[in-house]
Amino acid sequence: MAPCFTVRRSILLAGTVAGILLAAPAFAQQPPASASPPAAAPAAPLPPGSPLIGRPEGNPAAAKLAPIAPPPLPAAPDKLPAAKLKLPPGFNIEVYASGIANTRSLRVGDKGTVFVGTRLGNKVTAIVKKDGKTEIKTIAEGLYRPNGLAFHKGTLYIAELSRISKIDNVEANLDKPPKPTVIYTDLPKDEAHGWKFIAVGPDEKLYLEVGQPGNNVLHSPAHGQIRRINLDGSGAEVVARGVRHSVGFDWNPVNKQLYFSDNSRDWLSEDTPQDELNRVTKVGQHFGAPYCYQGNLLDPEFGWGHSCREFEAPIMLTGPHSAGLGMRFNTSKMFPAKYKNAIFLARHGSWNRTTKFGGDVIAIFLNKDGTVKLSEPFITGFLDNNNYIGRPVDVEFMADGSMLLSDDWNGAIYRVSYGKPRVAGR
Amino acid sequence: MPIISFTRRIVAAGILFVAATQPMLGETFAQRVAPCLACHGENGDSPHPVVPSLGGQPAPYLLIQLYLFRENQRASTYKKGDEMVEIMSEMTKGFTDDDLRTFSEFLSKQPPPPLPPLPTDPARMQAGRTLITQHRCNSCHNLDLTGRESVPHIANQREDFLIKTMREYRDNVRHGYDGMMASVLAPVTDAQIADLAYYIARFQ
Repeated sequence: MAPCFTVRRSILLAGTVAGILLAAPAFAQQPPASASPPAAAPAAPLPPGSPLIGRPEGNPAAAKLAPIAPPPLPAAPDKLPAAKLKLPPGFNIEVYASGIANTRSLRVGDKGTVFVGTRLGNKVTAIVKKDGKTEIKTIAEGLYRPNGLAFHKGTLYIAELSRISKIDNVEANLDKPPKPTVIYTDLPKDEAHGWKFIAVGPDEKLYLEVGQPGNNVLHSPAHGQIRRINLDGSGAEVVARGVRHSVGFDWNPVNKQLYFSDNSRDWLSEDTPQDELNRVTKVGQHFGAPYCYQGNLLDPEFGWGHSCREFEAPIMLTGPHSAGLGMRFNTSKMFPAKYKNAIFLARHGSWNRTTKFGGDVIAIFLNKDGTVKLSEPFITGFLDNNNYIGRPVDVEFMADGSMLLSDDWNGAIYRVSYGKPRVAGR
Repeated sequence: MPIISFTRRIVAAGILFVAATQPMLGETFAQRVAPCLACHGENGDSPHPVVPSLGGQPAPYLLIQLYLFRENQRASTYKKGDEMVEIMSEMTKGFTDDDLRTFSEFLSKQPPPPLPPLPTDPARMQAGRTLITQHRCNSCHNLDLTGRESVPHIANQREDFLIKTMREYRDNVRHGYDGMMASVLAPVTDAQIADLAYYIARFQ
C-alpha cells in the first residue's frame, strides 16, 4: 500500500540521505511560549479588511451569515437554471456559453468576440461563435483576479487586483495573443474590494474603481473612489469619492453623465442601508461612504460630526445588501421602445441578510432630466427557496441588440433576445 | 540542510507521485487515492511535518483547494510557490472535474484528526483563545472550529501546518480562493500566529 513510503524508499535507494518528509522546513519550529505578549483586550477592533466588522456579538441569526463562496467548477450544461428564469412576455433566454469558471465582467469586441473576466480564476477568456460552433479560447492567463475588462477601438483592457494592462488589436490575435502590456500600476494591493470594474468613457479615458479596503473603514485618499486615466496610463484624476465598492458603471447616452452602482456596508441591519445607484454630475463629488449611506443614514461609527447633506445622495436605492454589480444603458434596437436608454442592473444577491434579496436583473427607467422614474424586475428566478441557483454579475449588449448576462455561480453566460423564440417549444 | 537539495528531492518525489495518481488502465480508485493517504494520513490524520490532516474537511473546501492546485493558483504570482504546492499541482495535473469532485467527497468522509497528545501550557492556550475571539475566527470556522462549506476544519490540525498557512495567507504568498484570510490576518504578528496555532492544534 503506502506509496509515500515506497517513494521514500526509492529516493533512499537512489542515494538520497534523509526521508524527504521527515525534513521539516524551519518554520515548523515553535517560537518560545514566552515570545507572545499578553493578548490585547477581546474588544480590540477587527482588522480593516474583515467583512465581519460591525457584526453583532452573540446573535445566532447573524452568526449564520458570511460571504457565500461560489463553487470553483462551472456547472454542467444540463445543470444550468436557464429554464427556471423568468422574463417579461416576448423575451427569450438561452445559454450562450458555459463551462467557463467564475464568469464575471463581459465585453463585446467589434467583430463580435465576447470577452470574459473572472475574480477567482486567473484567465481572461474569449468566446467566438462561428458557423454555429462555440469556441472558447484563453487569451491571457496567470493573472491575479482579472475581474475588469474594457474594449475600445480594437484594444482589450484588463484590470487585475492592482494593475491594468492591454492587448492591442486583440480580435486579430485570438489564437496567439501577445502577453498583455502593463499600462498602470499605481493601485493599492488590498484584497478586500480590490477586484476592479473598468470602462472607457465618452471622453476616451479609462475609468476604474478603487474600493474601500473593508466593510466599513476610514481609509487612505487612494481608496474609495472612481478615477480615470488616459489610455496610456497617464494623467490619473479622481472622478468620484465616497464610493464603497462599485462593480458597474456606464454613461447615459442622452446626457453623457456617469452612472454607477455602489454596494453599501454590511452588518448595520437586515434592511439598511440599501445599495445605491449614483450619478456623477460634477467631477470630484463625494457620495458619502463611509460617513453616510443611502443618502440619509449616518454611519453609527463614522457619521458623528457629519450630515448626509454634505454628500451626493443616490438617485435610487437598489435594495438591502442586494449587491447591484454590472449595469449598462440599453441602446439596443432589438428590445421594445419602452426599454430605450433604460439601465439594466445585475444584482448579485445578498449574503448579509437572513432572507436573501436580489439575485436578479432589474430594468431602471429614467426621466428626461436623468433622474429615476421607476424600476421593475427583468430577469428573476435565480433565488430558489432562499438558495442561489445562479448569481447575475454583468450585463452587456451585442451588436444585434440582444443582451448577455454572466452568472459566476454556474460559470455561464446567457443571451436574452426579444421576439419570436428561435428554439421550438419554448 | 541545504534547502535546494530538499526542494529537489521533494520535487523528484512529486514526479513519482504523479505516476501513482494519474489514471491508468484498470486502476481502481483505491489505488489512485493511496498516494494521498500515504502523506495526508490513512485516517484523516497526517503524520508528516507540514502536511495537513484532511479528515473532517468539508468537501467544498477540498474541492476548491484541489481546483486551485490543478489550475496552478495556490501560490502567489508575486513569489515562487513552495515545493509542497509544486507536488500538489503536479499530482492534480491530469484530474478531470469529476476526479476533483470524487477525491474531495472521499477525503471529506475521513474522520477528523483526534486531539493530539501534546503538552498544553495554560497561558498559551488562554492567549490563543483570546486571539480567536478578537479576530472572530470562530465566526466562519464555527465555534467548534470544524468549518463549513468553503471554510476549512481547523480544530486539531497540525500546528506546524497552521503556522505555515497563516503566515502565507498574511503575507499573500498563499492565495486564498478569495482574499478573506489575507485581510483577516493582515495585522497578526508571528508571535500571535504561533499562539493561535498552539491553541487550534490542541483545541478541545
